[in-house]
Formats: sequence, structure tokens, C-alpha cells
Amino acid sequence: MDYFLTEEQQMIVDVARQIANEKIIPQRAELDEKEEYPTDIIKTIAQADLSGLYIPEEYGGFGGGSFENILALEQFARGCIGVATVFAASALGIYPMIISGSSELKHKYLPDVASGKKTAAFALTEPDAGSDASGIQTTAVLDNDEWVLNGSKQWITNGGEANIYSVIAMTDRKKGARGATMFVVEDTDPGFSYGPKEKKLGIRASATRPLYFKDCRIPEDRIIGRVGTGFITVMKTLNISRPGIAILGVGLGQSALDVAVPYAKQRIQFGKPVISFQAVQHLLADMAIQIEAARALIYATAKYIDSKPKSISKVSAMCKTFATDMAMKVTTDAVQVLAGYGYMREYPVEKMMRDAKILQIYEGTNQIQRNVIGQELNKEYSRN
Amino acid sequence: MKIIVCVKQVPDTKDVRLDPKTNTLSREGVESIMNPFDRHALEEAVRLKEQYGGTVTVMSMGPPQAEEVLREAVSCGADEMVLVSDRAFAGADTWATSYTLAMAAKKIGIGDIILCGKQAIDGDTAQVGPGLAQRLDIPYVTYVKKIVDYSDGTMRLQRMMDDGHDEVEVTLPALFTVVKEINEPRIPSLKGKMKAKKLPVTALTAEDIGADPDCLGLKGSNTQVVRVFAPEFKGERSMLTGTVEEQVDQLVEKLNGLI
Ligand SMILES: Cc1cc2nc3c(=O)[nH]c(=O)nc-3n(C[C@H](O)[C@H](O)[C@H](O)COP(=O)(O)OP(=O)(O)OC[C@H]3O[C@@H](n4cnc5c(N)ncnc54)[C@H](O)[C@@H]3O)c2cc1C
Repeated sequence: MDYFLTEEQQMIVDVARQIANEKIIPQRAELDEKEEYPTDIIKTIAQADLSGLYIPEEYGGFGGGSFENILALEQFARGCIGVATVFAASALGIYPMIISGSSELKHKYLPDVASGKKTAAFALTEPDAGSDASGIQTTAVLDNDEWVLNGSKQWITNGGEANIYSVIAMTDRKKGARGATMFVVEDTDPGFSYGPKEKKLGIRASATRPLYFKDCRIPEDRIIGRVGTGFITVMKTLNISRPGIAILGVGLGQSALDVAVPYAKQRIQFGKPVISFQAVQHLLADMAIQIEAARALIYATAKYIDSKPKSISKVSAMCKTFATDMAMKVTTDAVQVLAGYGYMREYPVEKMMRDAKILQIYEGTNQIQRNVIGQELNKEYSRN
Repeated sequence: MKIIVCVKQVPDTKDVRLDPKTNTLSREGVESIMNPFDRHALEEAVRLKEQYGGTVTVMSMGPPQAEEVLREAVSCGADEMVLVSDRAFAGADTWATSYTLAMAAKKIGIGDIILCGKQAIDGDTAQVGPGLAQRLDIPYVTYVKKIVDYSDGTMRLQRMMDDGHDEVEVTLPALFTVVKEINEPRIPSLKGKMKAKKLPVTALTAEDIGADPDCLGLKGSNTQVVRVFAPEFKGERSMLTGTVEEQVDQLVEKLNGLI
């Protein structure tokens, strides 16, 4: 379908598609098998000027909006959502600064991310704080001109690979949700370290590690926004980033369909291509319907977000839930269409199905998304 | 450092077939691409520019639609585009082509380095690069697989050989043809694509380059293609029998019969 992209947006799609076709797809099986971080691909993305798509021009970025970012992510995801996650998680690590950071902080960190010299990560989750982010135990205390961080984070995408970390810590436990604050931690800061790489079901090209802060001292001005605004920044960040996770579901679903249809055309059983059986045709039709519907919802939402409306949490959560549930179903059905062959590692759909699962979990589980949507509905309908 | 890269638009060989009736290349529905070896020449030029500064000019002799490959080259890092195009160039062989390119290069200034792919995948002659250097009276190195270093106007290079490589030193200006082992061409960048969209192309005609009309196109070509055909595959096979001496005698006889 034609979404009437501008010439510039079409160029972004073309460049990202070429990266997916020439660099990501040929390498994805090996990156998955070896659980290898895609250093070369991240360099290629930088060289193609796509690292700073979502970063304002004054900080060396392209100055694109949510929509431009999504167009690139969709293509990367068509290649491999492990690789796309590396890119998306770096953006997630930078959004807090774009949203709430001081001008000095932005000047210091954004240009290197825009040029692809550095990558970022977002550190919220802890062993006892998953869906319930208010359970975080990491603390930050001001000592003379420095913040001193203590505690740990877990399952941090790009952990150990990134140079810049957006970290949330409690600065005043008594104040509850208003007692949390965000900071920028650099990989070279004293007292900062990370643990071993997790072994995962899918997105194995992305690295996930725990982070440790042991009397980690950082300058006072590394604070993002004001003291006590940490959770507000986290919520704003996730509202903006969720359509980016949603679109990974669309790119992934599309790539599964792109394998399933040609396969169904050439696989002969009972003397006919299996696509001639209505049961298979309907499976493929449902896949195509779901993918296009998700794409349309996310494109529309991204454009809406770029118009800077007041509240985006409901639509943003809708994108994430719909598209990622879709990706799980579509990739599972793609394996069904290829059946035994689909189950084998020789074909790409088993990886797609393994990869899809994470989309329903990270950046807030789909149960939590539904909570958000439900709460927003409740609010909306009590207004008059 | 001023670098010229010669690029050619060629049919994508993945799709090319020979029309069995006319014995000509059937180009219908075949996509045009930048000659793959030229992509490596361009990449090397852009890397040299990034390392030593300067400009990269891409030049192509061809029909007006060859502008597409020039724009693609700009999206991958070239700075200027020159399209050498005129009806008079039609039917040129490597002799006439190298003449035309030499006149165009003189017109825009030959600069420090001219880079070409080792050959074009349609004609496969590998003659235009060396021919161009000869006509410009500059040294050339073919099959370059690595640029080792550069200082004081001298470049050290590796030339690929069947059994290894030669290390060659050459004074600039010079022409190099490159093999695909030299680098991995980059993907077009977003800024490059935006620039390529807007950049005007410098178009040069036969008159602009001050060419002698007798040396151009079909008229200026020393070779003429009489017939293009796909050799028939006969696939005959026979086994020699007897003692070793007998087999050798039979083999010699057969080989003599082939000459
Ligand atoms: C590969 C990977 C990468 C990750 N990357 C990052 C990262 O870069 N940065 C980061 O900060 N975090 C990251 N995470 C953490 C991720 O965001 C959390 O796993 C996620 O938020 C869910 O938390 P949990 O796993 O602790 O689940 P839990 O919160 O323990 O949830 C368990 C189950 O209970 C349900 N549940 C919990 N609360 C409710 C409720 N109120 N209503 C209904 N259902 C509920 C959940 O939906 C789930 O089904 C990553 C996780 C993984 C697996």
C-alpha cells in the first residue's frame, strides 16, 4: 500500500532497506547462532547517516520525528529484530536527555550518538522491579559536587556495549514515585561495571547484561531534568518509544510473510502447491491483514505524535500491544505454513518466532499496556 | 587530491540472456546497474578523499540515462558528476571510448588519480582503463587490490597476481584499475542521496571536449562486432584405452586434430 511518503521519507526507507538486504539479512542467522553483537552493522547505519534520525539538527542529528524513526526501524526489523533492538535501545537511552535534559547535557552527549560514534542504553529494570518500576532499590546521594550511585540494574539491552547509560535511581525514598531521579552514567565512570551477557531465547544479536553501581561517582550536572522527576521522564520516554517497538513487530511480521507466501507457492503436496488449499490461503490472508492493520495504526500514531499532542500514552500503548501480539501470531503461523521445514534452523522462520516473543515483554508487558489503555479509557469516559 | 572515477552503466548480468534468434543481448526488462567493479573504484576514491582530503568526480560516457549511475555515485560520496554524452559516441569500441574519455578528462583536468574498475561486466575487455592512461600519457597499474600508502606524490600499491601480489610504486598523476578485493563498497547515505537529488550534472558533448569526429563512435572504432553467439555445448566425451604409450599417441593425435 502507498502511504504517500515524502521524498525524504522515501529516501530513509530506501537506505534502511538496502542496509537490511545487503548487511543484515545475510548475517542474521550467524549473529543469532553465535549470539554476536552486530558491530559492523551499527557502523554501516552510522555511515548511512541514520544513527541520528530522531536527534534534533542542532545536536548533529537529522531532526526527524517519530515517523522517520519508525520508517527506518521497520526496515531494520525486516532484517532482524535483534539488530533493530540494538538501534532502538540506543534511542531509548537518549530520549530521556532529548525530553528532559539540560542544553549542556544534550550538547555533550547527543552529537556523538548522532554521528554513530557512541551508543546508549536505558536502565530501569532491577531484580525486584519489573512491571512495578516503583520497586527500584538503586539509590543516588549527593555528596559535595557529586552524585554517588549504589545498586544494580538487570536485563539492560546494550549493557556492556553502550558508552552512555540513562539510569533511574531513588534520591528520596520517602517521597515514593516523586523520589526518583534520572542520571547519565558513562561506561568509564568509577564504580560502574557490568555482568555477563544473558543467554536468551531470541534477539540474540542484542546484548543484555546486568549493571552494577558501587559507590559510582558522577558529576552533579549529570542529572537529567530536576530531582524527583525521574518517573515522569521514564513515562514520557516510553510513550514515545513504544511505537518504535510496535513497528519491530510489523517489520518482523512482514519478513515472515515474505518467506511464507513464496514457500506455499512452491511446496507441492497432494499434487498441488500448498497455497491452493484454502486453509493455507486463509492463514496467509490473516497474516497479511494483521500486518497491514498494525502498520497503518503505527504510521498514523507516529504522525500524531509528531504533531505534539498532549497525551499519547493510550495510542502509544495500543500500537505496542496490537503490533507485538500480531507479530507473535504471524511468526507462529509462518512456522505452521512451512511446517517441518519451518521448524528447522535451515529456514529463517523459527528464528523469527523465537525473536517475536520479546516484543510482548520488554518496554512494558502487553498486560501492562492493556492496564494503561484501560486506565485512559476510564479517565476519558469520566470527563463529562 | 583530485580524483576522477570512471563509471559505466551496464545491464545487470543476473538477468541478461542471449536472444537465440538474433544472437544479440536481450536487454528487455533487464535492470541497469553501476558496473560492479566501478563501485569498488568509487569506494576507494571516497576513502582516499576521507583520508587525504580533496574531491571525487565521477565521469561516465553513455546515453543520457547513464546519469542514474552518476547520481548513485554521489549518494555514495562523490562530489561532482560529468556525463559525456553525444549521439556521435554510439557504437564506440574500447579504442574510441578511451579516446573520448581522454578528451573529456583533459577538458575537466586529469587531477591526481583516475580510478576505474578492472573491467566492465558487459564487454569484459579490461582495455578502457589502460587505454585511457596511455592516451593521457600517465602511468597505470591494473588489478590493484590494496593501496598501501601515499606520500610526496608517490603511491605504493599491491597488484593482484594469480599467485600472490606485486608491490608497485608509482608517481602521480596515475591511473589505477581495481579488483573487488580492494574494499567493500558502502551503502548510499541519507545525506548523499539528498545531495544527489539536487546536484547538477556537467554534460559534455563531442564538441565540448574538442574531439575529432573521425575518432568517435562506430567510425572511430577499429573493431566491429560481426556476430554474437552462445557457443554450442557439445559435451562429447571419449575414453582413451590401451597402454600408456598408446594412450599418449592417441592424445597427441587428437590434440593435433584440434589445431
Ligand atoms: C531481552 C530483554 C531486554 C530488556 N531490556 C531492557 C532495557 O534495556 N532496559 C530496562 O530497563 N529493562 C529491560 N528489560 C526488562 C523488561 O522491560 C521487563 O522484563 C518487563 O518490564 C517486565 O518485567 P518482569 O520481566 O520483571 O515481569 P513481571 O513484572 O515480574 O511480570 C510477571 C507477569 O505478571 C504480569 N503483571 C505484572 N504486573 C501486572 C499488573 N499490574 N497487571 C497485570 N499483569 C501484571 C506481567 O505482565 C507478566 O506477565 C528487558 C527484558 C528482556 C527480557
